[in-house]
Amino acid sequence: MSPVHRVSPFWIVLGLVAAGYLGFWFAMLAATATYTSPGEVMEVLLSREIRYATLLSLVTCTASALLSAAVAVPVGYLMSRRRFPGHALVDAALDIPIVLPPMVVGICLLIFFQTRAGGLIEQAIPLTYTVGGVIVAQFVIAAAFAIRTMRNVFDHLSPRPEQVALTLGATPAQAFRHVTLPAARGGIFAAASVAWARSLGEFGPILVFAGATRMKTEVLPTSVWLAWSVGELEQGVAVSLLMIAISMIVLVAVKMTGERV
Amino acid sequence: MIRLENITWAPPGKGRAPILDGVSFEIPSASYAVLMGRTGSGKTTLLEILCGLRAPSSGTVWIDDREVTSFPPGERGIGYVPQDGALFPTLTVREQIGFGLRMRGVPAAEIEPRVLEAAKGVGVSALLDRLPPGLSGGERQRVALARALVVKPSVLLLDEPLASVDEETQDDLMELLQRTQREHHITVLHVTHSRREAEGLGEMHFRLEEGRVFAKPTLR
Repeated sequence: MSPVHRVSPFWIVLGLVAAGYLGFWFAMLAATATYTSPGEVMEVLLSREIRYATLLSLVTCTASALLSAAVAVPVGYLMSRRRFPGHALVDAALDIPIVLPPMVVGICLLIFFQTRAGGLIEQAIPLTYTVGGVIVAQFVIAAAFAIRTMRNVFDHLSPRPEQVALTLGATPAQAFRHVTLPAARGGIFAAASVAWARSLGEFGPILVFAGATRMKTEVLPTSVWLAWSVGELEQGVAVSLLMIAISMIVLVAVKMTGERV
Repeated sequence: MIRLENITWAPPGKGRAPILDGVSFEIPSASYAVLMGRTGSGKTTLLEILCGLRAPSSGTVWIDDREVTSFPPGERGIGYVPQDGALFPTLTVREQIGFGLRMRGVPAAEIEPRVLEAAKGVGVSALLDRLPPGLSGGERQRVALARALVVKPSVLLLDEPLASVDEETQDDLMELLQRTQREHHITVLHVTHSRREAEGLGEMHFRLEEGRVFAKPTLR
């Protein structure tokens, strides 16, 4: 082999690190997948409680993903296109839900809805220990991930076409609506998918704020925790496998949009 | 007519050196002026101030005897063609060219004939249903030119419009730009760092250097 084609030991070492990390992950997934039989998995997944938890997860994740996208598009655009006093501070503040321990977010939610302002909201829409509470608990964290994704999307779209639109008589809102938003369609789908996947795995804030009541506020992560807490390992593994399968589908969908998240 | 009076612009932040430092010049109506300058000299910043996309730190902008310094971009009577055309990524050529007319509330029945006329004028009639990814560099610039001209601006601002095309296409586009300027009796400010473009196109020449604009004797 010529020197040009010889692979440097440097790259081989880096490849080994990547292979080791991925190998560890695949080993964990394979061990989980083979822990129980397909028959037992199907039996668990078809039970009345798990069917309810699956349906509630799908519905609440979709609602929180839509809410997250509705907030992420305008906030991501603002942060990408405008510089204003305190921009860096706002930028850091938007990442707070990403770095806060999820359980703390749940406690903050619970305490806020005991205040006068929170009480007024509760009177209009009861949230604490309800399905609405599940959506809010998922949304407050998922939206931060969606905002970060949308900002990245807008950063990669040149502002020049919007500026040309302004010279042609469009208002900033029209330039956004007719030029930028259609170009960001893939990115919006990616942001909503990231929010959806994040919501699917959310557990701590839901447990604190919405509770873990069977056939009421039980979502899939709650099912795993409930099964584990009473020693029903097969049930916990079966639900985990379902969540792995759903997450893989979301990952493939995001990758197909070509967006970096 | 374009007139800039003592335009200054410095990046935000204390003590930053100004990019434009008292720029003043005038281009009479229906003239083809070329502004030359090195990369990073502030040519694009100057065009953005003319377009209303960037506010000057001080100074005034006049277009056709109107002081437009505080006017929004769409009310200045300008057409703008950036370096790469900056076509709208998801609109067909027909929609791109008709965009300005739609934004200005022109009745739908009037838009199509004006789009067809503008497309014919720059030679893109066969491309009306195409999207930007399917266009060559020269075609993109022609579409960008038609999109700017269809709203009948009195001033056309071109930011290195030939920088991303080959020499043969440059010659075609230079001929098109000259013909367009004559037919529309429009005032053109063409920004470039290419001496070839400046020699081939301009009636008036300016040079942007160290934040100031100097008139140059004609190069031809």
